[in-house]
Amino acid sequence: MSAVVTDLSQAVEDAAAHLYVWALKDIPQDLRDALAAARDRETSTTGKRVLETITRNVEIADDERNLVCQDTGIAVYYCRVGEGFPLHPARIYDALRAGTERATVEHPLRSNTVHTLTRENTGQNVGFRVPIVHWDFVPDWDGLDVKCVPKGSGSENMSFLKMCVPADGVRGIKQFVLESIVGAGGKPCPPGIVGVGIGGSADYAMHLAKEAIARPVGTRNPDPEVAQLEDELYELLNETGVGPMGLGGDVTVLSCHIEHADTHMTLNPVAVNYQCWAARRASAHISSSGDIEYERDA
Amino acid sequence: MAQHEVTFPVTDPAEILKLRAGDEVVVQGHIIGIRDRTQIRIFDQGIEPPMDLSGAFLLHTAPGVRKLGPGRYEKVCIGTTTSARMVRFTEGLGERYGVRAICGKGGFPDEAIEPMQRLGMVYFAIVGGAAALETTQIEEIEEVAWEELMPECLWKFRVKDFGPLTVGIDAHGNSLYRDVQERARKKLEDIYARL
Repeated sequence: MSAVVTDLSQAVEDAAAHLYVWALKDIPQDLRDALAAARDRETSTTGKRVLETITRNVEIADDERNLVCQDTGIAVYYCRVGEGFPLHPARIYDALRAGTERATVEHPLRSNTVHTLTRENTGQNVGFRVPIVHWDFVPDWDGLDVKCVPKGSGSENMSFLKMCVPADGVRGIKQFVLESIVGAGGKPCPPGIVGVGIGGSADYAMHLAKEAIARPVGTRNPDPEVAQLEDELYELLNETGVGPMGLGGDVTVLSCHIEHADTHMTLNPVAVNYQCWAARRASAHISSSGDIEYERDA
Repeated sequence: MAQHEVTFPVTDPAEILKLRAGDEVVVQGHIIGIRDRTQIRIFDQGIEPPMDLSGAFLLHTAPGVRKLGPGRYEKVCIGTTTSARMVRFTEGLGERYGVRAICGKGGFPDEAIEPMQRLGMVYFAIVGGAAALETTQIEEIEEVAWEELMPECLWKFRVKDFGPLTVGIDAHGNSLYRDVQERARKKLEDIYARL
């Protein structure tokens, strides 16, 4: 390996180690604003109590430099790799893995990763095919964007897929999302972000739902028809009264984000991926010369 | 909705019977951390827990800790996990071991209501994810058993002003979760009629 590549490897590893811990400790401003607005408009006694406790918790995490939530999740990274970025994705993966492991040992962070059959712990939040990395490739660019989304299990366990048929239409999509969120109740730590993936195939719909929860709170899909569905579902979901932590109240979700793909004429897949109120994410941009720029709002 | 302070472990059943669904509670004394694998060992593998659980407050947790020495740990970040996965152990915990309170997040399904009423137990709802706050309320990790299940061991914590907790299911057959679900299902019927 050339010196440049080694330095870049190190830069990606450093970025991953920093992003993982940063995401766990310092939740983004858009989320803080959404939680404050939720606290102000909630009218139920228990719901208000929950949202006030959440606000207090976020402040304590800031003051004590502690994690917002103990669930350090499964480390998920979204990478946008420019075609001119000098480090191959195979090496980027190794560096992300090394960074995840290093952060877990150094902090220390609770290690959650286990073999899926034996349930034995596999080490420092890394294992076979873990961390999970999603790739996007960008032409005419030489940079790398990395977004770390450590996703807790309480919300990830509340993931749902339905292969609706074309005759179910948009109504079928709406019903399935509503049914999923009412059924989830307090388990995924509401109020959070409801991610919906529609179209594509079964696996791709779930991938899109996950991508949707990684967006800043309240951002809208650029397709106006999809954006309208986001707004409508947001209103309907908050009519259900599930409330903060499922104890009843006005605020059940902070936002509903939808990502879509075109699909087969015979398919109408709907995937729901929930993101808890502690919707952790942190991003960095790494230049081709290895300079790291951290970005809180991406 | 009343406010209470309760010290665990409890010896007087009245301490539990006075609590009503929706009440706010702050807890003092000692609480015991327990999780999936801990309870699978007790109930599915039939291994007796090496800690006294009578009158106890159990917390659904797998704490983040730093090891100080043999059997000694200090807290890093301690929070609470989803309870519903572990609902089937409720009756055994109350009947065989005298557990009086179970605390977690997200609630227990309706199957917990009857055994909790019969055995005089409550379910406390904590704010899931609020681990930074919870960690400041845990004064010390006093004891740990079954370290080989790390982090799903049996933990004994000394707490101060632990909460605020909400009584989610009381010992009188009331459940906030059942009420919320019933109302939400009715609401869904209205919504579906409008779609």
